[in-house]
Order: sequence, then C-alpha cells, then structure tokens
Amino acid sequence: MRSVAEPATTELPARTVPGPRGPAARAPAARRLSSRGVLGTASAVLLLVFWALGRRLGYGLSEYLQLLVDGTVTGSVYALVAVGFVVVYRVTGVINFAQGAFVMLGPMLAITFFRTLGGSGGLALAAAAAAAVLATALVATAVHRLTLHPARAASALTRIIITVGVYISIQGMGLIVWGPRPYALPAFTTLQMADRLVTVGGIAVQAQTFWIWGTAAFTLALLALFFERTVVGKAMRACAVNRVDRMATLAFGLAAVLGAVGGIVLSPATRPTYDMGLELGLKGFVAAIMGGLVSFPGAVVGALVLGVLESLWAGITLSGFKDIFAFVMLIIFLLVRPQGFLAGKGEVGH
Amino acid sequence: MGPLLEVHQVSKAFDGLIALVDVSLAIHPGQIKGLIGPNGAGKSTLLRVISGLLRPTSGRVTFDGQVITGWTPERIVACGVVHVPERRQLFGAMRVEDNLLLGAYLRLRREPWRVIRGDLERVYELFPRLRERRRQVAATLSGGEQQMVAIGRALMARPRLLLLDEPSLGLAPLLVREFFRVVEELRAQGYTILLVEQNARQALRVADVAYVMETGRITTQGPGRDLLNLPEVQAAYLGAHPAEKTMGVGLR
Amino acid sequence: MRGLSSDIRALVAAGALVLLLGGFEMVRPGGISLSHLSGGLVTIDLLIRAGIFTIILVGLNLLMGYAGQVSLGQAAFYGMGAFFSAILTVKASVLGIPAVVAKAWWWPWLVMGGAAVLVGGFSFVVGWVILRLREHYLAMATLGLGVIVYIVLRENLGMPQLNLTGGFDGIVGIPRLRVGALAMWPEARYYFLVWGLALLTIALGLNVVRSPVGRALRAIHGSEAAAESVGVVVPLLKAQIFALSAALASLAGSLYAHFQAAVVPDTFGFVPSLELVVMSAIGGMASIWGAPFGALAVLVLQEVLRTRVLGLVPVVSGEMEPVVFGALLVLIMMFWPSGLVSSYWGRMAARGGGDGPAAGGAPSQQGL
Repeated sequence: MRSVAEPATTELPARTVPGPRGPAARAPAARRLSSRGVLGTASAVLLLVFWALGRRLGYGLSEYLQLLVDGTVTGSVYALVAVGFVVVYRVTGVINFAQGAFVMLGPMLAITFFRTLGGSGGLALAAAAAAAVLATALVATAVHRLTLHPARAASALTRIIITVGVYISIQGMGLIVWGPRPYALPAFTTLQMADRLVTVGGIAVQAQTFWIWGTAAFTLALLALFFERTVVGKAMRACAVNRVDRMATLAFGLAAVLGAVGGIVLSPATRPTYDMGLELGLKGFVAAIMGGLVSFPGAVVGALVLGVLESLWAGITLSGFKDIFAFVMLIIFLLVRPQGFLAGKGEVGH
Repeated sequence: MGPLLEVHQVSKAFDGLIALVDVSLAIHPGQIKGLIGPNGAGKSTLLRVISGLLRPTSGRVTFDGQVITGWTPERIVACGVVHVPERRQLFGAMRVEDNLLLGAYLRLRREPWRVIRGDLERVYELFPRLRERRRQVAATLSGGEQQMVAIGRALMARPRLLLLDEPSLGLAPLLVREFFRVVEELRAQGYTILLVEQNARQALRVADVAYVMETGRITTQGPGRDLLNLPEVQAAYLGAHPAEKTMGVGLR
Repeated sequence: MRGLSSDIRALVAAGALVLLLGGFEMVRPGGISLSHLSGGLVTIDLLIRAGIFTIILVGLNLLMGYAGQVSLGQAAFYGMGAFFSAILTVKASVLGIPAVVAKAWWWPWLVMGGAAVLVGGFSFVVGWVILRLREHYLAMATLGLGVIVYIVLRENLGMPQLNLTGGFDGIVGIPRLRVGALAMWPEARYYFLVWGLALLTIALGLNVVRSPVGRALRAIHGSEAAAESVGVVVPLLKAQIFALSAALASLAGSLYAHFQAAVVPDTFGFVPSLELVVMSAIGGMASIWGAPFGALAVLVLQEVLRTRVLGLVPVVSGEMEPVVFGALLVLIMMFWPSGLVSSYWGRMAARGGGDGPAAGGAPSQQGL
C-alpha cells in the first residue's frame, strides 16, 4: 500500500513571555516490563518450584545434574534454531515456520550422503555433514527466491502462512523420500551407533553431549564474528528497519545453516524422523520469543533457560505432558512481553 | 443554555513531562472555537484528553452536563464527540464510501438506511471531489482528499461536537482556503467545533472565540477578530512583523 | 439492506442443491448413486464431512477474513466439542449422570448445545486476553493454545484413572442422534441434518456480514485505532467473534462425534488446524460462501490424491497429500491470497453490496 507521507511540521518559535514551565528534565522513567526482567523472574520462580517438586520425588544431586545436562543439550539445539528465527525475523519481519524443516533436512540429508559415501569413517561423516548443511542452505535460498521473495509486498501474515505451506511441503517430501521410520547417525566420538559414556560429576553423560555443546558454541561464535567483523554481517544486523531483498535470502540461508547444524549434531542422540522439525522448530521459536524475538543473545539465553526448565519439568511430570511446558511458556511470554506485540497498526494518513 | 463542553482545570503530565497545566475552557452549541499556539504547546494533547484517548492527571471534562473524564473513547464517541486527529486514521484499504459509512457505524443499527444515505449525499455535496472518488481506495488519495474523507467520516456521525486537530496541515494553499470555506459552511449548518490549528490567521478569522496556548497553558483568549489584531499574536503567529522572517505560520 | 435479496437467492439455490443431492442419494434412481456419478470421488460420507467443515469455516472466515484475527488452533475448539459430546454420552456414568438422563434422546442435543456455549464462553475469556496480540503473535498464541488443548486431550486430562478422554485411543461407541423415536441415521438422514445446520450457519454468517457488525469487523481488520475512533468497542467485538467461531467449531465437533461414533485426539491437533486454514484460504477467507466451497474443494482434492494419483506416482497414496497441500497453500498465498471464491465475488462486489475483498480487504491487502 502506498503510504501518504506526513509533511514536516514547522517549528514555531516559543514565546518569550516568561511563564512557569514544567521541569525540563524528565523524572526517572516509569518502570516498564523488560523482557529480561520477566525472563529472569519467571525462570527463577519455575526453577525453584521444579526443584522443590523434584525433591518430593526423591531426586538427589545426581538426578538434578542429569536433568541439567539434558536440558543444556536440548537448549543448545534450541539456541541454534532460535537464532535462526531471530535472523529471519529481523531482516524480513516474518516468522519463518519453515525453520523446522531445515532442522529436519540437515540430519536426513546427512544420513543419506553418509550412506552414499560408504557409511563408515570419520571423513565420510564430516563430508556428509558438510554437504548436508550446504544442501539445506541451497534448498532454503531456492525456497526463498521462489516463494517469499515474489510475495515480499504481501502482509507479514500472508508470508508467514507461506512459510507454513513450505514447511508442510518439505515435511511431506521428507515422508516420501525417507519414510516414517527413525534413522540413525553414528555418534561422532565412536563413529558407531553406540556412544561412549563419560563420567562427569558422578553421572554418566554421552560423549555426543560435548559435541553438541561445542558445535553450538562454535557456530554461534562464528555467527557473532560474522555480524561483528564482516561488512555483510554488519549490514544484516542493521537490517532491523530496512529490508533489502538479497539480505532476506541470505538471512534465510543462514537460518537454514543454523537449523541444519543443530539437527545434525543432535541426531546421534535422538534418532531423526521426517517430522522431527515440527517440535524443534516450535520450541526454538518459543525460545526466541522468550528472548524477545529481536535479540540474538536473548534467543540463546531463552533457549538455554527453556531447555533446562523443560528438562526439569519432564523429570517431574507424566511423560506425555512434557511438551506442554514450551507452549505454556509461549503464551505467557507473548502476553507478558512489553509493548512490541500489542495491536495497533494499519493506519493511513500519517 | 449551558455550555456543551466544559474543560475544567485539566492538567496532564507524562512521566514527569508536563503537557497541560490547569486548562479551562467552555464551548457553547453552535460556536466555533479556535486553539492556536506553537508546536508542543499541548493543543493536540488537550483534544485527546477531551476525546478520551488520554486521561488527565487532574481536572475534569464535562459534556452536556455529564462528566466524561475517564470514559473510554468509544463511549465518548457514542455521546456525539467526534475527534478527527492529526493522523486522520482512515481505513486505508477500504474505499472512500466505506470509510464514510463507517463514520455512521453507531447509527447504523438505530436509524434507517435511508437517513444515513441522505447524510452521505450531504457529505458529497460538501466535498464534491469525494463523490467522484467514492469507489477509490482511501490509501491512494492525496493528502487533501484524505483530509476530506476524515472530516466527512466525522460528519457522518452527526457529531454534537467536532474536534479538529490541525486539519489544514499539509494541504496546498488552494486547498487550505477551500477547507476553511467548508468550516464556514459547517458553522452555518450549526455544527459546534473546537478547531486546533497551525494556520493561525485562518483559524482566527473563522473562530467565534479563540485561545492561544503555550507550554500547556492558555495565555490569551478572546474573540477571533480581536486576537487577529493583537500585536503579540501578530508577531508570533501571523508573520506581520517584517523583521522576524523566521516566524509566521500562514501559507507556505 | 442491499444484498439481502441476493443472499436469499443464493441460500435458496444452495438449499435446493442440498435437497437434490440428498434426495438423489436416498432414491438412487436405477441403482446409481452419487459415488457412481462422480467416479467414486463424491460420496455421502464426503458431503457430510464437507457440511461439518463448513460450519467451522463460516466461523473461521468471520474471524480471519473479516476481523483479520488469525487462528492456527481452531481444531482445538472442534476437538473440545467432539470430546464433550463423546464423554457426556459414553462416559456419563463415570460423571455420575443417571442413566435415565444419559440415554434420553434429548440428552446428546443438550450436550451439543451446552458444549457450544461452554466452549464459546471459555474462548471469550481466552480471546479477551490473547486478542490484544498483533497478527503473527496472535497466530502463534492460537497455535500454542491448540497444541496445549491437544496434549491435554491426548493425556486423558492428566487423570488416567478416570479415563475420561481415552488417552491416545480416544472414545468409541458414541450414540447416533435421535429426535424422539426418529433416528438421524443412516447417512442420508444425517446428511440432511448436517447440511440443514450448515445452511443455517451460512445464513447466520451472511447476516453478520451484512449487519453493522460486519462493517465493524472489517474496520477492525483495517485499523483498530481507526475503528475505535468510529465508536467500535474493539476488544469486546474481537472476543465476541472469536467466541462465535469457537462455538461453531464446537458444534461441528459434536456433529462429527455422532457421525464417526468415535473420536481420537489426533483428529484435532496442529495439522488439522492448518488444514482448516488451507480450506479457508482456498475458498476465500473473506467470504462466507467460501466456506462450503473451500471444504468441498479440499475434501475432493484429498480424494483425488488418495485414489487417482496412486497410479501416476510410485508413492503411497496418503503421502502425496501434505506435499500437495503445502504447495497449494504456498501458491494460493502468493497469487490469490483472497482465495478462489473471494476473487470471484470480489468482481461481483463491484456491482455493489458484495462481501468480497473490495468491501473490506482480505489479509494480503493489509500490507501496510
């Protein structure tokens, strides 16, 4: 819609007649809800509650430690997915539903490539993983150019529904190509299906855990460097207001890389299926919302908090209710989030 | 007959920034009152307090004998107080005619369609250009035409009090003259109007009584014509003083 | 008001069509059924399901197309209605309802109505809270809500000992509807019941659209601040239309329960909510007549995919569906965001009084 520009208002000179004026300086700004504040208090409260409930179930230090480790593992993957959401949102204003599809494509393609390369050996695994990430990024950029780019003038909602359609299609193709059964990628440490267990602080932890922590940290560090040091990265960070088309495609591809990496590094621990993207995508989104949706560090923190709290929750409830936590968090954070999310748009003539 | 609108000692502060200080005024039915003053003086804020978009920190607003301070904007609109804000707030994606009809939203259930269509015709008579463009999407109109739609929409509500916030802002000089002719016409039709204006000269010409507002207070008031001749007013707002070239509103 | 006569004509025509198709199926001249005529695609079963979806879609279109509020969790209300009906008829004894009441012919009807009211009330309260959110955030909130309801239903409301919702497997043995001694069965009779209600719902929807409320909804869609300035009580109206759409979905759910005689939580999860959005989009979000068209189009397309494509592409029939629907959704959003029916009516609306996008604007035109 063409918007009518508001003409600049002329500054009239203030009268020189003396008169009592209001205080020139602002009084201390009224306290408003900050997303960090909400996140902080909510997490603290929930942490306490879950800890207490866990004690009732007889949980001791080792159980909590185990849950904590599990939580940071899923949290790390959520972080990668969440940052992907933030990147796309900041550049295009769209919530990229298809992000989950990339989280699925990464591991599935990696498994297929790995098999073609012989199905064994560290080199084949690394090559397959790299190729899968690249392929996923290519799919993402193609999807963006074909669907979102032509529709860039449409409303944000329309574009979001487009990403929903993309997600459904890709998941559907995943089902056709790979079928409904779970697959498996060998553990990175042993290069076999069975992983080595490492004892840390009295609990047994899968070696893959370290891979997940490390990959997530490394990838995010690389991303940070990209944003800080490179011209393209700095331009993308500044994109918060202006949307540049090629930036949008790049952002999409970047998000896909993040998602694919997360999916791949997670897959030796949880066997990937064609529909794994839905859950991871949604939870990654929740994490991004918890961090404020426009902040990278916020997304990472939100993701880790979500992972840990969700893990604790899973430890104290019936298994079927595990997933409810993320969605309850979603609604709470959407509602409590200061400004930003509330209605009030569509006006003309200003 | 008592005043239609009474603003009594209204003050408004935002986070320590004081916008209005003890503002009082009254409007009687059929009057046009003007409110002029520099940017940031609080004129728009006053209108928004009257129409319920803002709550005053102290003081009260009475309409037709009823205290309306603290009412929701929709309720105040239902009373017959219609505010046409600076930003016009049209329904950009809708056609002109639908925008106008929405102005009569509250009347649609109560009154027969015939009567409302009649009012629509009257609006088109007032703004012939809108009749030509009545099926055009509002966002594609020029600034002046959008202003007409905004006012036309307000008129469709058969307002008992019309609050106009800088209606001539951004209009070409020719349109400004035409616009004030419309205001004269509205006065002749008996509308009660509180007019906030940048264009001091025209506003003072058309207003029965005018107020000058500065830094949140009303500093001068009197019949429009009289204020036109006041030297301070001329100096600050009418560009009459030759030496002060940077001042003066008037036509650009 | 203008347009009323065209509405009535359309309703009468639709009613005639419903009677014709139903009558045909009941009589089966020469042993031919609808299924034969349509090559196995259109059956009474499909038509009944289309009618049920139509009821949901009228509400959804009012919410999404007119008021511009997105719901990605509508299937939750659908499911709530279905489970309400199922639980209160099959598990009545668990809840302490005397058999005399639970077996009465009027009981399921009472439950159906009560469920719609309760779901409507619940969603009014919920809506009041979450409809403050903007576009995409509202979409995500409704999505979250839908998933939460689904999980609660699937997990037996957290009370496995009571086994109220039957967990993953749901509930079976839901009785058919009856009026006194007259059973609303076999299918042909149920078809008339469902479509009778569907036509009533369409009439209701058209009534809302033509009324000042319809204008107010479109105003809200355009600009909430501007709507407020015209006197529309925005939060109230949004919550009301949300509640209406939920109540209609609940009603449809009850009808579904008595149709399938069994309900499972999976029918009411996230993907079905998306399917509803697809149906709405295909038929035209900002159009009441788009509801039956969208429902029929999608259901027929599903049948085509299941039965015809099998020969062409070497995949299991059901697997093509998501791919095709996903692609379809993308294409529609890209090229015809106002949907197929809506575009048509959009042209008709130029003559005046249409309920198409020219009068209010489908979501895509709100790209401000």
